[in-house]
Amino acid sequence: MKTRPIIPWLYLFAASVLILFFLVYPTINTLFISFKDSKSIEFIGFKNYLYVFTNDATKLAIRNNLLWMIVFPVITVSLGLLLAVLVDKVRYEKILKSVIFLPMAISFVGAGVVWRFMYAFRPVEVGQIGFLNWIVVTAGGKPLDWLSRGPWINNIALVIIGVWIWTGFCMTVFSAAYKGLSSEILEAGKIDGANEWHLFWKIVVPMLMPTISTVTVTMLVFSLKVFDIIYITTNGLFDTEVLANRMYKELFLYWNLGRASAIATILLVASIAIMSISVFHRSSQVT
Amino acid sequence: MKRLFAFGLLFVFLVGVISGCAPKPEVSPDDEPAPDVGDQQIEILGPWGGLEQEALEKVIAPFEESTGIKVNYTGTRDVSVVLSRARSGNPPDFYISPLPSVTTELAKDNVLVALDSFMDMDKLNNAYAADWLGLASENNHLYGIFGPVSIKSIVWYSPVYFEQKGYSVPNTWDEMLALTEQMAADGVAPWSIAMGSGDATGWVGTDWIEDIMLRTVGPEVYDQWVDHDIPWTDQRVKDAWEIFGEIGLNEDYVFGGTSAELSIDFGDGADALYTDPPNAYMHRQALFLYDFIRNHFPDLIPGKDIDFFMLPSINPNFGTPALSAGEMLIMFRDTPANQEFMNYWADVEAQVAIAVHFGRLSANKLVPSSTYDDPLLQKGAELLSTADSVRFDGSDLMPSSIGAGSFWKGVVDYVNGKDLDSVLNTIEEDSKDAY
Repeated sequence: MKTRPIIPWLYLFAASVLILFFLVYPTINTLFISFKDSKSIEFIGFKNYLYVFTNDATKLAIRNNLLWMIVFPVITVSLGLLLAVLVDKVRYEKILKSVIFLPMAISFVGAGVVWRFMYAFRPVEVGQIGFLNWIVVTAGGKPLDWLSRGPWINNIALVIIGVWIWTGFCMTVFSAAYKGLSSEILEAGKIDGANEWHLFWKIVVPMLMPTISTVTVTMLVFSLKVFDIIYITTNGLFDTEVLANRMYKELFLYWNLGRASAIATILLVASIAIMSISVFHRSSQVT
Repeated sequence: MKRLFAFGLLFVFLVGVISGCAPKPEVSPDDEPAPDVGDQQIEILGPWGGLEQEALEKVIAPFEESTGIKVNYTGTRDVSVVLSRARSGNPPDFYISPLPSVTTELAKDNVLVALDSFMDMDKLNNAYAADWLGLASENNHLYGIFGPVSIKSIVWYSPVYFEQKGYSVPNTWDEMLALTEQMAADGVAPWSIAMGSGDATGWVGTDWIEDIMLRTVGPEVYDQWVDHDIPWTDQRVKDAWEIFGEIGLNEDYVFGGTSAELSIDFGDGADALYTDPPNAYMHRQALFLYDFIRNHFPDLIPGKDIDFFMLPSINPNFGTPALSAGEMLIMFRDTPANQEFMNYWADVEAQVAIAVHFGRLSANKLVPSSTYDDPLLQKGAELLSTADSVRFDGSDLMPSSIGAGSFWKGVVDYVNGKDLDSVLNTIEEDSKDAY
């Protein structure tokens, strides 16, 4: 019998040590801390988790995360797919795609600052500095406080910032996959008398399904991690807080290590759950 | 099977390596090498940047010249930097603590130097009011000396527009409400309220409620409230919120309504008062706003075009109390150079420099009133020293999850239309958990 090669293990050794030290150890440590009190001294069981699921503020943050997880992927994925198919049909495809992709090149904090100006509110008596309210006032309307008008207007306004950033990414991925579709199938469909609508729903969407599910998962995970946009615009006031913002406050403002770690663990578990669904989904497709 | 075993062995080995080099949190601060006596440096961390940092450097300069000790200041708004450095045994020499709650928190962790161990307490007691020393004390030890302080209970107005309209400065809360009513009837919003403050939005509203608490229930109950000895659901607390609500929730009384109240940045709060024509007549905000007003309206003359009056009394039994705020210097390392700097900071000479360069007030009683060459600063100093009682900004004394969390959020929610009882219940629930 051949002996098991030892060389691969030696090659992997350095990387394994690094991963264990920088990834596995902190994760396990966070898990430990999440069962301890605010100063990480005594074990208090599941109290931190109980707090996250019973406190009004954290329950609201969970609600907002769910809202993000529903609205954000739906808009980015459908808009991205639509744009990918549409830009393929126009002459200035490259320029259009670059423009739509551009927000991706701006940092999230930068995007937050930009949109804070877009949504800026001033009383009607003084000049508007916000673009949206300038349009509203020029059209003869009353300025609207987009970011403090809850519970839906401001949350949707924040989701739109995320959409602005990420739609270009979705479009680029879909566009690449769309161009990878063999033209024979589309032409065969056309010869059989299918119109554009049928082609899109009966051929393009089913064939792009693996890409769609991967992008959707990416967007879902982003909705769980969203932080910068909200930190810059409302800092979670006006009922817009999400779990990541709550975690930041618990850690850096309230110095409650236990609760911050509990929220981190919950977010991690949720992300892993979502990602593993997609992995299972894909492996079941392969077999 | 063999592969699993090999992997298991590797895992056990690695766990051993990791746990062997895991950082040991218990590092004694005494292990730090003592700084050289010949070429000395002092490191100060603090929340100030920009203009305030320049002011601090001007205050420090004479000390550096006379002692030859170099002082390095680094500004950071991130309190957690200081906390984590202090707890891991590597603190800076000094920190300019923005909140008394931070000072007491650090004092309880036994990482601060008690100033009474080397300073002349008789001299300090002579120079500083007991209130100011008390705010910097924990367990009968003094841990900090205040730098620039500010009076918060003042209402900015324009004497010019008041005269034009025939309005007079109110002496009681009822007079103020009557004036408010009259201004609204004349067609201009009486008040400008500006709560916007980025990630700190809400503190302006908490100041209003603190000022009203001081005026309706007096300093003793105020202290109980700050210490959470009376609940947030107490009728007296609820009354204070409602008194604020009479003005703050009235769309006709506030310029731009509650939407503007929540959106306009606090630094722009007085802009509505000094434009031509004005969009509002009164604005309650601390003395530090003076810097903003002079910046935005450099042509206006202090005392003639710009002025303020004390937020009037509500219950005559408690007179006219003042709400105050300020930052204090606290010390982590006990070295001769640090002792020297702390003594310098507390001394009249440095405190005069603080008042002059920061354009605020000094907590040191020995600072002569002639130091304040500006009529409004002089007035502020006088109002602070003649107030019937002085209390520190309560939200700065509460645990940060309340004072910089639930309380801020509660005020914002209240102004944004949430039911007061549910707002107070939420803060009470959070308080039970935080104290």
